[in-house]
Amino acid sequence: MKLHLRVWRQSSADDRGRFEDHELDGVSPDSSFLEMLDLLNEQLLEQRKMPVAFDHDCREGICGMCGLMIDGVAHGPVPGHTVCQLHMRHFKDGDRIVIEPWRVAAFPVVQDLVVDRGSFDRILQRGGFISFATGTAPEANSILIPKDRVDTAMDAATCIGCGACAAACPNGSATLFTAAKIGHLGHLPQGQPERYRRAIGMVEQMDAEGFGGCTNVGACTSVCPKEIGQDFISQMNRDYRRAVLGRTGD
Amino acid sequence: MWRSLIGKKIIMAGTGLIWIGYLLVHMYGNLKVFAGEEAFNHYAESLRTLGEPMVGQGHALMLARIVLTLSLATHVWAAIVLTRAAQQARPTGYARFRQASGNYATITMRWGGLALGLFILYHLAHLTWNVPVLTGEYEPGNTFDKLVVGFNNPVNMVLYLLALVAVGLHLWHGGASFFQTMGWRTAANRQPIRFLTGALAVAIPVGFAVVPLAVATGLVA
Repeated sequence: MKLHLRVWRQSSADDRGRFEDHELDGVSPDSSFLEMLDLLNEQLLEQRKMPVAFDHDCREGICGMCGLMIDGVAHGPVPGHTVCQLHMRHFKDGDRIVIEPWRVAAFPVVQDLVVDRGSFDRILQRGGFISFATGTAPEANSILIPKDRVDTAMDAATCIGCGACAAACPNGSATLFTAAKIGHLGHLPQGQPERYRRAIGMVEQMDAEGFGGCTNVGACTSVCPKEIGQDFISQMNRDYRRAVLGRTGD
Repeated sequence: MWRSLIGKKIIMAGTGLIWIGYLLVHMYGNLKVFAGEEAFNHYAESLRTLGEPMVGQGHALMLARIVLTLSLATHVWAAIVLTRAAQQARPTGYARFRQASGNYATITMRWGGLALGLFILYHLAHLTWNVPVLTGEYEPGNTFDKLVVGFNNPVNMVLYLLALVAVGLHLWHGGASFFQTMGWRTAANRQPIRFLTGALAVAIPVGFAVVPLAVATGLVA
């Protein structure tokens, strides 16, 4: 198939950047979106031009490195998929595709389609961990956890930190990411000692990084490759409210 | 609580709830027109003498006005801070952007809220401050007459009905958001909350709309 690509090009963080149009022929419908970009880069190299920089790592949909705004939708048109797992069969021959990096102040563009998601790391540093006696691995069944709690915690833990939630949010809010991390540890007994400190620290950092506030639109969940639900946001709001008001008795 | 964005959302939720409570009381009062001219005027007068003899004339009314004004001011302040934060969070927009979720109520929250604020000012100018805009001649001191004359003006009537649509949209999103922001929404109560707040978002505008419609059809005259 033949495609008309409109790709964001920006040589560095300081560059103003612009869109570049490229025609790409011979794209297999079975290739992934990133493989299509690989093909574009081959073509650019043959023309002795700079290839398009984009983030990627595992290409199995589990690492959270890739992420592009494709025709105005984070990770493209197929729900529950990262860009690496998005296949070109979902596009038509002759399609015009606009490819942009995440547009969030807290994710500055490094080059072309690559953004710096260090702000997510700093949110995690404020509470995305548990205190634990290190040493030999403990007996797996020493702390029994009801199945439904494990499942809920796991639903939150599937967050790969790709940043699509903040990218798709009309307010540029990192609420779903932070809520997933708080929800993951908050549903497990191991996460209880720091539960309320975690809520305050991570919420404070989220604001300090310059993310916007949540207005309960739900765009984040719609584009989330792991389809993490809005319930975790409610849970985070509750933990934060209790922590601030000192009502942590549960 | 005042510093964080979530804290400001909680403040918005709380002040919004005060206004929902006020709307319900206001709606109850409006529906008294169906009890007739005398009963309605008596009710209007009783708002001034509420709590007497312990509370002085007009004091309860003044207290309500203060609480409502402060609530609205705080609500608007939080909305402005949150809107600014959203703008600063994305200084460079997308060339192409499709909002992945949300409905008409969601996207009209900010502009609809501003429209409601302007309508409240007009509404107060018309009925409380007695600014002579779009009002016909009515018997002074007769609240019932004032209402009927006011709604007999088609411009007033249309503005009022449009404002009610805005109220409904604002409540449709704001009502459900209240529970989400307070952290009371769970997977188990999501449907009941959607139903309850959806019903409220329909019931309140309808409860208000029956009065001008009754005036228009001559049911109340």
